[in-house]
Amino acid sequence: MTRLFAWGALIFGCLFFLLPLVGMTEFSLKMRRGVYSFDAYVRVFEDPTFWATFSYSLTLAAATIVFGVFLVVPTAYWVRLKLPQARPVIEFITLLPLVIPAIVIVFGYIRLYNTSSFLPLTGSAIGTDILLTMGYATLALPYMYRAVDTGLRTIDVATLTEAAQSLGAGWFTILARIILPNVLVAVLSGAFLTLAIVIGEFTMAALLNRPAFGPFMQLLGANRAYEPPALAVIAFAITWACMGLIQLVTRFSKHERAKA
Amino acid sequence: MAFLDLTNLEKTFGANRVVKDFSLEIAKGEFVSLLGPSGCGKTTVLRMVAGFETPTSGAITIDGQDVTGQRANQRAIGMMFQAYALFPNMTVADNVAFGLKVKGVARPEREARVAEMLDLIGLRELGARFPFQLSGGQQQRVALARALAPSPRVLLLDEPLSALDAKVRVSLRNEIREIQRELGITTIFVTHDQEEAMSISDRIVVMNGGIAEQAGAPFEIYNKPRTRFVANFVGTLNTLPATVEAPEAGQVAVAGQSFTLGRGALTARRGDTVTLALRPEAIRLGRAEGREVVLPATINEVHFLGSVIRVRARVGDGVVALDTFNRPDQPPPPIGSAAEISFAARDVIFLQD
Amino acid sequence: MADNRPDRRPKFRLPLEWLGILPFVTFAVLFLILPTMKIVVGAFQTPEGGFTLQNLIDLNTDSIRSAYWTSIKLSLITALLGCAVGFAMAAAVVFGGLPKRVRGPLLTFSGVASNFAGVPLAFAFIATLGPAGLVTLWLKTEFGINLRAYGFNLLSFWGLVVTYLFFQIPLMILIIIPALDGLKREWREAAEVLGATGAQYWRMVAFPILFPSLLGTFALLFANAFGAVATAFALTGPQLNIVPIKLFAQIRGDVLGNPNLGYALAFGMIVITGMANVVYIVLRTRSERWLK
Repeated sequence: MTRLFAWGALIFGCLFFLLPLVGMTEFSLKMRRGVYSFDAYVRVFEDPTFWATFSYSLTLAAATIVFGVFLVVPTAYWVRLKLPQARPVIEFITLLPLVIPAIVIVFGYIRLYNTSSFLPLTGSAIGTDILLTMGYATLALPYMYRAVDTGLRTIDVATLTEAAQSLGAGWFTILARIILPNVLVAVLSGAFLTLAIVIGEFTMAALLNRPAFGPFMQLLGANRAYEPPALAVIAFAITWACMGLIQLVTRFSKHERAKA
Repeated sequence: MAFLDLTNLEKTFGANRVVKDFSLEIAKGEFVSLLGPSGCGKTTVLRMVAGFETPTSGAITIDGQDVTGQRANQRAIGMMFQAYALFPNMTVADNVAFGLKVKGVARPEREARVAEMLDLIGLRELGARFPFQLSGGQQQRVALARALAPSPRVLLLDEPLSALDAKVRVSLRNEIREIQRELGITTIFVTHDQEEAMSISDRIVVMNGGIAEQAGAPFEIYNKPRTRFVANFVGTLNTLPATVEAPEAGQVAVAGQSFTLGRGALTARRGDTVTLALRPEAIRLGRAEGREVVLPATINEVHFLGSVIRVRARVGDGVVALDTFNRPDQPPPPIGSAAEISFAARDVIFLQD
Repeated sequence: MADNRPDRRPKFRLPLEWLGILPFVTFAVLFLILPTMKIVVGAFQTPEGGFTLQNLIDLNTDSIRSAYWTSIKLSLITALLGCAVGFAMAAAVVFGGLPKRVRGPLLTFSGVASNFAGVPLAFAFIATLGPAGLVTLWLKTEFGINLRAYGFNLLSFWGLVVTYLFFQIPLMILIIIPALDGLKREWREAAEVLGATGAQYWRMVAFPILFPSLLGTFALLFANAFGAVATAFALTGPQLNIVPIKLFAQIRGDVLGNPNLGYALAFGMIVITGMANVVYIVLRTRSERWLK
């Protein structure tokens, strides 16, 4: 009885999740009349805007990840080591992006950092790119911080630090050679998640008017029939790859630990 | 007919036969312990009685009623788990009241019973606390009260003391036994701790590999273990290799000393090596009245344990452990010194395998 | 010397430890707190900078009211359905006696699906349930069922609900499976042996224990749906009347004809997601009295 219900729930769920995936895949192959073909994908890949926007988003994702790691790892480390009393506040801040919608945050950016403000970031392309990167870092903050903090919890930060200090290591050495390698799996997980979030992000990029992958997909969707599902398949593959990589690094590290 | 009757119980998980042909009769009000190492099947037997596992074959009868096919919530059984089985979202009083509540007992009656139960375990003033505010010992007492509140026919205890500190363990086990006697409730207690089992049980069933190796009162189990496993598992056992000299007369030799075991003929042949088993307290350091076998020994180790001094001495090819009481006027023997040990031939334990 | 005179330096010492989180605080202030404050303050300002409540009063038009109402309804319904279906699937995997092999793939897939939101998700649903979508056509040709005739339109409220569920359900699964794992077997067995039926166990023990997690996930799903722009925008374009899309249009082209009305609109969003979280925190503290 329970098992019947369990299978029912699972199968219903799987159907709901698989149908759109099948749907988009099938649709993306229907560009040529009567037969399945990869024409839609060829079209997409021939489009220079695809490559331009895709590499733009990829670059921004990389920048976001690097910035995020430099921001989050030392902070989480420091809070664990020296400022446990600041923990609730920091955690609250890192969770804010889950409460304040992205569109509100970017709206604030646009009004706060316009050409006549104290920090006219939106005045130049590079300035806007920086602003967008900061926006993405904000979006990724809850995931990044939690991943790194969980990673730090599994190691004894205080003892490792004291041991390193007694051997003469400075703060930079401690962070780069002791802490970072120990939370590398967490950092990588956070990084791939960030990549998955950033690569197809639409709202911030569109409102800041940057040529990112998300707005490109939206534009194509408004004007074409077969390329959009092809893009959806590609985007899904990227998301899947990111999650697969997270699993891979986690599993790999478990094996490493088991061996040690 | 016994109050609780387990007849030819068998349980297999896949290809693994965890319990093999297990039978046990328990009288009303009896306190029976299932004792054995982990994986011996004792917990599985208990879980079959509780109704969490269905026996592959065999039957369970409580008070003449066959409950084998009944679900756990129909059996009117009380159970204490290893630890942390209190409902964390309920106060102590609500935990104790749970069984009455699901039975549909009216509120005033329920509250009276809860108060009675909290009095029984001596935690009346803690009724409004949540489990996380209690110590481990207090939590287990509440678990006992919760199990007893609906007046179950049988009480099952699944290693309820194993997660507690040594001191709390002893006091709580005595308390459990006291309450059990007071209520006269039929109880099965599962443990891997032989001291625990011996101190509170009417009867012990020693289990190994899914079968009952021996069942009996603690005194009997300890003093007359039937198998080597039981003898080893319950208490410390010394073994001494002996050479058979005259099987008909029961005469053997250890370390060149011949003596007669007062048990009649041995099945072994002349010249064979047999194993003699002795409890540490059956051996004395030095000569003593009534202990006719005296063997030369060398002191190997001395452990001062307080009231008792445990000495390990080399005798012939073997090492024996023996206990002597501490006496302030008599310091323990120096290590490496020569000594004599003595024991009575009738104290020698004979094991079946 | 040092023995005679108490060393006063620690009294005046700068709290150097706090410097360690200076970069983080700077980042948070510049890119999270100040922008939000800008919105909040702007909602109470005239274009000239004076204080006013007029912006908030101006929100009270039919169009904006209905946008808020639709958004709240959308978020509530998708959060509720997401929680219910996600819970059922998670419970099926954890307690339903399904093979252990199901669990890993389901978790991985949920990780993927919960992040597969926005523009591509809209494309996937258009290709499936849109006018020329796979399922739409299949139902029409095989069974003669015309979804449109039954009133289903992907580019409508319920279409959006179905689409949002694609990321809401997996998010629920991801969060609730660890919580279900935290239910100890002993609790269930203790309840059972005390005479409780399965339903009684769930009502009196399991559900109260899970309640904080369920509530937290619900609040998260609500905020998740309430602030989502991309999926709705790619699915229906700018015409669907929900708050985030309205705000999107306002930011792009000041369609409301009053730049500070945009602040008020955004402020309203913060208030609603904020309220959802306050309700969550209050309920959580009340239901967690029994936790450390």
